[in-house]
Amino acid sequence: MAILVIAEHDNASLKAATLNTVAAAQKLGSEIHVLVAGSGCAAVAQAAATLAGVTRVKHADATHYADQTAENLAALVVAHAAGYSHILAPATTFGKNLLPRVAALLDVAQISEICGIEGPDTFVRPIYAGNALATVKSTDAVKVITVRTTAFDACGQGGNAAIESLAAGPDLGLTQLVGRELTKSARPELGAAKVIVSGGRGLASGENYHKLLEPLADKLGAALGASRAAVDAGFVPNDYQVGQTGKVVAPQLYIAIGISGAIQHLAGMKDSKVIVAINKDPDAPIFQVADYGLVADLFQAVPELTAAL
Amino acid sequence: MKVLVAVKRVIDYNVKVRVKADGSGVELTGVKMALNPFDEIAVEEAVRMKEAGVATEVVAVSCGAAVCQEQLRTALALGADRAILVETDAAQAETLQSLAVAKLLKAVCDREQPGLVILGKQAIDDDANQTGQMLAALLGWPQATFASKVVISDGRATVTREIDGGLETLALKLPAVVTTDLRLNEPRYATLPNIMKAKKKPLDVMKPADLGVDIAPRLTTLKVTEPPKRQAGAKVADVAELVAKLKNEAKVI
Repeated sequence: MAILVIAEHDNASLKAATLNTVAAAQKLGSEIHVLVAGSGCAAVAQAAATLAGVTRVKHADATHYADQTAENLAALVVAHAAGYSHILAPATTFGKNLLPRVAALLDVAQISEICGIEGPDTFVRPIYAGNALATVKSTDAVKVITVRTTAFDACGQGGNAAIESLAAGPDLGLTQLVGRELTKSARPELGAAKVIVSGGRGLASGENYHKLLEPLADKLGAALGASRAAVDAGFVPNDYQVGQTGKVVAPQLYIAIGISGAIQHLAGMKDSKVIVAINKDPDAPIFQVADYGLVADLFQAVPELTAAL
Repeated sequence: MKVLVAVKRVIDYNVKVRVKADGSGVELTGVKMALNPFDEIAVEEAVRMKEAGVATEVVAVSCGAAVCQEQLRTALALGADRAILVETDAAQAETLQSLAVAKLLKAVCDREQPGLVILGKQAIDDDANQTGQMLAALLGWPQATFASKVVISDGRATVTREIDGGLETLALKLPAVVTTDLRLNEPRYATLPNIMKAKKKPLDVMKPADLGVDIAPRLTTLKVTEPPKRQAGAKVADVAELVAKLKNEAKVI
């Protein structure tokens, strides 16, 4: 039985999260198919065909898949689910929105955000904001799974999969996209960045956040992140949030500036390779997970650090 | 329009969870329980819709053991008009999973015929983030997950969603399912008079069998463990030392 990976993309390019999901699929078996559903997304299908380990790309192209709404996509996935033992998608807002709908239509459980694979039916997943890990075994015929992307290194290139056209399903007409406000940034994507500079309430204002952290991020080629407190205070938009309910990240270097380190935040970044914390409060919980802690006034330390790099 | 809100009893978010020594789960004995924070946001949104004249009635529903009545009373104190508990025994409650809850809620929706169902995007215990999407699938209704703004007008819900990379706004045909994100609203505190009033509001109890739903779990938890602990590193004296360590010791810059 083959494994089906649902590609995440924007009709123009494949999102990096898909590569981590294919990597998880590689641990489950050898035959991996990727579903690319979108509108005018042939380039995405081509890109998916070059991923290592992918043997077939199923390409469904129709205008009612352009906006990736869950209702139409779930119906398409379910119509083509026969013959698959596993259906995987990244545990991003895309995958989290789509896959439970697929699972319910197939009358099977969904296994959320797996971070380990112990066998074809046994998976490890975080619960309680990552304060515990559960090993769960599925009794369903089809395992519908979202994958924590930071737990699996991206798959390589070098595949040469056949691309097969799928007939589009019906347009259910239940939802309509009104608009998107996407943060435009030349910086790396938060979920895939090697270095992240993240700011918290200690920065005191959005103006300070940008004035102090952007030059540092520029020097390091880093993505910018934030704690929930900084997002709630309106310093930066919601998609900057790192934490249990925001993004889970695991970069090579995570620099936490003016972040106290609430459990909620730690759950989103404690798998980073190296953590640096700059905070004036020596008792801040962030120092309990930081490899290098600097107790200092960030308004002096951050410009100094930027200058020293 | 009737609004149905689904709520779950979970460990209070302020409690530091402890994994049981035998690895069978987390310690629940003697631990403070509360309404799941995302569900509190869902209740608040429904109550605001009623206050704005958009909703006519707010019905809170929970699935689980008899003790879940406490969380339903909290929802009633926050402004829900009446409550329904789909009651299981304590053992069943421990293995009640998202798909089973979605099926129970679907059966309740078939009876209640709401125009909108609002749920928290996830419960902070098992962090599954599934029930709303599954319910929408079973009902064949549109869904808008991770909502940060909901506007109801002309038989449609216009919902702004928090997605990776920014915000997305969808227009949904009603009836529909919406799940809440953190920034949708700030829930009110239940006042003492409202807590007293909530005790007199109607709370119906039914069983899964009354609704004809099989709630057998599909996933078996083999073990629950503590995640690997991250060791605290060293404090550095100044920026110069920090830069030196990052270059020479960690080799990340």
